[in-house]
Amino acid sequence: MSEPKFVPNTVYVTYIANTPEKVWEALTSAEFTRQYFFGGSVEIEQKVGGSFLMRMPDGRVHIKGKVVECDPPRRLAVTWDVVGMKDFSELPECLVTYDIEPMGGSVKLTMTEAHQWDIPDVILAGGRQGWPFILSSLKSVLETGKPIVMTVKMGPPREMIEAVKEAVAKKPWLR
Amino acid sequence: MNEPKFVYVTYIATTPEKLWQSLTDGAFTERYWFGTRIESDWTLGSAVTFMRNDAVYDSGQVLECDPPRRLSYTWSVKSHEEFRGERPSRVTFEIETMTSPGGKKTEVKLTVTHDDFDVGSKVLAAVSGGWPVVLASLKSFLETGDALEIAGVAALKAAKERALAAARGAAA
Repeated sequence: MSEPKFVPNTVYVTYIANTPEKVWEALTSAEFTRQYFFGGSVEIEQKVGGSFLMRMPDGRVHIKGKVVECDPPRRLAVTWDVVGMKDFSELPECLVTYDIEPMGGSVKLTMTEAHQWDIPDVILAGGRQGWPFILSSLKSVLETGKPIVMTVKMGPPREMIEAVKEAVAKKPWLR
Repeated sequence: MNEPKFVYVTYIATTPEKLWQSLTDGAFTERYWFGTRIESDWTLGSAVTFMRNDAVYDSGQVLECDPPRRLSYTWSVKSHEEFRGERPSRVTFEIETMTSPGGKKTEVKLTVTHDDFDVGSKVLAAVSGGWPVVLASLKSFLETGDALEIAGVAALKAAKERALAAARGAAA
């Protein structure tokens, strides 16, 4: 049985004036994710094979996955399935990896979003829009105690929704 | 069309005016841009100089200047032997104000696009490593008053060297 091959398509790097341990905590505890991850609370079993999910304020599970790598406070990788949205839930799960590197008085945080299929740019657009906001806000929480104010109406762009519907109809990843 | 370019988006708790000043006033750039002082009068066609320790190391020309929304200039890198053969690239800063509920403008979205490169550009490889460092430092400077401490300029240089080595490795 072959392992799925995840190809990195979106990478976002930021540097945060805090410790690797604090960055790890911000990524894995609901008290933090609620502030910067669109109100979502993370629930994670910190071990390989452990469960991972992101629960919205109304209690719905929006994202679900499994822990693939867990090396605190250096590296965390989880599979990522957007179960909370119609059509999006039918796309193959992707892999989100966080790399945390100490750099003197700061930490370099690299988020990599990788996919198992030849995912078109119009669908990658969602992550490319969302991650800079999420990680900018995480940085602000860890440096100032305050998240970036959520004034932007951040849903998937219309073209992305159309492209997801089309992909789910054709299922190119099954070929 | 996959033209070689680097794009970076960040959200900063500041005003468009403060961000604009940080990008265009050498007294500010020096504080977060690891000692780099930018000088220009910011009129179209004017020279832009990048200085460190009173020595000019890179230069460019103003292409667009629409404060506090949009700034663009060319960038000619002379600091490394292997960059000197490349034609000038282009940097564009777009500042979008995000209005909070109640109308108070407290956050900005900054999009930096560095483009106009030839395929295989070593400058692109280097700035792709360097921009996140500089822009993270800018964000920290505006939000906390302190630029990032990334073991001083050494970390920035190291990021550039790693990116260069990766580009060499990729080209080999």
